[in-house]
Amino acid sequence: MMLFYLFGAVAVGASLLVIAQRNPVYSVLLLILAFGALSGLYVLLDAPFVAVIQIIVYAGAIMVLFLFVVMLLNAPHEDTEQDLHATGGNARQRAGAGVRHFGAFLAVALIVELSWALLKNGGESGAFPGGSVSSVAAIGRSLFSDYAFQFEVTSVLILVAMVGAVVLARRERTTK
Amino acid sequence: MPTLNHYLVLSAILFATGTAGVFLRRNLITILLSIEIMLNAVNLTFVAFGRALGTVDGQIIVFFVMTVAAAEAAVGLAIVIGLFRHRESLNPDSFTTLRW
Repeated sequence: MMLFYLFGAVAVGASLLVIAQRNPVYSVLLLILAFGALSGLYVLLDAPFVAVIQIIVYAGAIMVLFLFVVMLLNAPHEDTEQDLHATGGNARQRAGAGVRHFGAFLAVALIVELSWALLKNGGESGAFPGGSVSSVAAIGRSLFSDYAFQFEVTSVLILVAMVGAVVLARRERTTK
Repeated sequence: MPTLNHYLVLSAILFATGTAGVFLRRNLITILLSIEIMLNAVNLTFVAFGRALGTVDGQIIVFFVMTVAAAEAAVGLAIVIGLFRHRESLNPDSFTTLRW
């Protein structure tokens, strides 16, 4: 129970700081911390396979990709409202601020609605059944029998994403 | 012992955090990071329900979600690089014309 609250607090706190940071490098590093805490939660849920691929794939591969792009672009800091007013911005950027206040209201409404729905009939449901079922061998057997077709489709998806990323990010050849 | 509801509430908080990030931030990279937070909140829900129902299907769906997230991150970051080359900006409010 203590571990659940510890990992949960780290995950929520790091996620909030990801939103609050203005420097994208710190955001990426804090998100890696949040993923580490989530991996601990997966271990508590008797899901060691998911915990390990969370670290290897998410924290190891996807976040390094993000970090690489942030440093490649030498990402500029985000403009604050004051910057926009000082430089004038353009009309469209200032109009975006009004939409953003509406977006913040929608996010708060989502939090209220989700917690209301979860707490309304909470309490009686809940305790997990005893006995762990999820060995890695069981996952592999199910993945390559029941979900074999989906697995193959996923490999095609990865191929398409790879080709698409290369085509999109390629510097266009100057035609003369 | 933490129950299923504990995990669902934690997942809802994380999902709402990601949603707030998508709405509030004006940096394309931070918006993509917020989408990753939302995907992870959903993954936590899948694993918690899989544990409650006693099957491995939840963890297999998490595997597929992670694959889609990797593809989404690669393509999304490629688009961000292309946009940055044309506009020298990461502010989504400067990409509203639907043409170069």
